[in-house]
Amino acid sequence: MSSKLSQAMGLGAGGMIGGRVALKLDPQALRRLCAGRRVALVTGTNGKTTTTLMLARAVDELGLVASNHGGANMPDGLVTALSQDPDADFAVLEVDEGYFPAVAQVVEPEVVLLLNLSRDQLDRVGEVHTIERSLRKVLTDLPNCTVVANCDDVLVTSAAWDAKRVAWVATGTGWHHDSASCPRCGSPIRHDQGSWHCTSCDLGRPKPHWGVDRGDLVSSQGERIELGLRLPGKFNQANAVMATAGAAAFGAPVAESVRRVRSVTDVAGRYRTVSRTGHTARLLLSKNPAGWTETLTMLQGGDHAVVVAVNAKEADGRDLSWLWDVPFEQLRGRTVIAAGERATDLSVRLTYAEVRHTVVPDTLKAIDAAPQGAVEVIANYTAFRDLNAKAANAQ
Amino acid sequence: MRSDSTVQIALVLPDLLGTYGDFGNAVVLQKRLAWRGIPAEIVPINFGQAVPESCDIYVVGGGEDTAQTLAVKHLQDNPGLQHAVRRGATVLGVCAGIQLFGDHFTRADGVTRPGLGLIDSTSHAGPNRAIGEVLAKPLGGLFDGVLTGFENHQGRTTLGPAARPLAQVTVGTGNDGKVEGAVQGKIVCTYLHGPVLPRNPQLADLLIEWATGTKPAPLDLPILDQLRAERVKAAQRTTDASSRG
Ligand SMILES: [Zn+2]
Repeated sequence: MSSKLSQAMGLGAGGMIGGRVALKLDPQALRRLCAGRRVALVTGTNGKTTTTLMLARAVDELGLVASNHGGANMPDGLVTALSQDPDADFAVLEVDEGYFPAVAQVVEPEVVLLLNLSRDQLDRVGEVHTIERSLRKVLTDLPNCTVVANCDDVLVTSAAWDAKRVAWVATGTGWHHDSASCPRCGSPIRHDQGSWHCTSCDLGRPKPHWGVDRGDLVSSQGERIELGLRLPGKFNQANAVMATAGAAAFGAPVAESVRRVRSVTDVAGRYRTVSRTGHTARLLLSKNPAGWTETLTMLQGGDHAVVVAVNAKEADGRDLSWLWDVPFEQLRGRTVIAAGERATDLSVRLTYAEVRHTVVPDTLKAIDAAPQGAVEVIANYTAFRDLNAKAANAQ
Repeated sequence: MRSDSTVQIALVLPDLLGTYGDFGNAVVLQKRLAWRGIPAEIVPINFGQAVPESCDIYVVGGGEDTAQTLAVKHLQDNPGLQHAVRRGATVLGVCAGIQLFGDHFTRADGVTRPGLGLIDSTSHAGPNRAIGEVLAKPLGGLFDGVLTGFENHQGRTTLGPAARPLAQVTVGTGNDGKVEGAVQGKIVCTYLHGPVLPRNPQLADLLIEWATGTKPAPLDLPILDQLRAERVKAAQRTTDASSRG
């Protein structure tokens, strides 16, 4: 089946089919396709797709880049992306955190971006502490690699702590709910005033080389450059600084990287706006509690209507307990519409959060039911995917 | 007895045992009290902090093996919860809660760890992870209506004579495929999350009755009935599907 055919059949990531075939024909495909290229890998729980796109844009300054932009981040997706651009000197690849150790061992990257680690869908994915330990092992052993790591994230710091060369980035974002106990010794972690440390061993927040300060990128070299991103939110500022630090590890000039990162607007349909029935709906994807929390924080201060769409298909995780880890209380006072296949569960959550809302399970109809004008639509994985497809058909 | 009338709901080690949205159980208790005009507050007790013995209700959540071992040690070093139980406080233990309240539990790696000894039970790692929707019929006339929830656990639990099961399993696994949860004094344990109290307001009100000494007035929230109906249907669909093939 060709890529075009798989797309036509609605499989979405058209790249996957070609890749699966290539892996079958040659188990060494990934190693061979990376040989002779300068490779960066991007991994973590949230922000992989956006940061990969940002890093690829920045590295474009240095030469031709092969990249898996669509978010196909399993080994066959990587093989597809690499075989499509055989002449590219650079490869910037988003890698699923579960596959990262195997992929990193094979391709021996020059640069690794480790964004953040938090619980994902728990009935599907391994415990986040297990993932940290497997990342730690491979990052410690990588021979000639610069790890760009988020030092505001306890688990990321532990994973990168023993790596040969680390560029620490103070992103100002971190999900503390999975890091009460030290990943290395089990003692309590103390958080105070933006810093943190283990109460018994020497794990603690390292001195950052890069950071975000009031919308500016700052570096320990004394640089301060306004980010001026088109993408919204603090979380994307963090992604932008991670990408710029990664490009700098390849030798890209910082100011030029920021200029290129700034040009990123639409990331695989995320942040896209859809116009219909007098509404301009901005589509926001959130896949796990940390992602939802970032998105809600981003929406604070605004007063547009908000459509929240939640499914619980296999790809989302069947268990919706995480709804209670998300501070939906922040939506109080806004016009809120609960949507998605599990709109009832969401409605119960909103009821106990004392958020006044209505329920319209069909997400497109929920947008139509909002007051005219701008609407924010937050959806989890399959709800987002279905909405994107439906919105495209309706236009 | 405390002088003020605010019901204090201790959320025990949410940073270690908050794996399954267990915060939700505390929120449901607090709101169902507040909506009836009874002031209530949630008191989070984090890892590393002392455990007060003066709270009215204690909510303990689930966590993986490592977190559970750390939690037991912390609660042994800071025995406020055990003192509160002796005083007659109301306790809800979810998922790992049932294991850490027991006499001991044997982890997946074969290591046996002592529990807090609050529930006459032992737990061990089962042959597989029980994941999915659960339905169970409450036992002993504790409350009406089916118990609904989502389970995701490797542990299996055997109750001793001092503890009795909370419910009889009709869909899912629970303690052992037959019964689900445990009740001993004013402690209720269950493997169910989802979380369990948003899905089962009758259980929430039972805990409130135990803590306040008064049967709470009914609350009319049709959306809760709708959620329960949807989840019961979904759970029944899973059994229909598996019996077909
Ligand atoms: Zn430590």
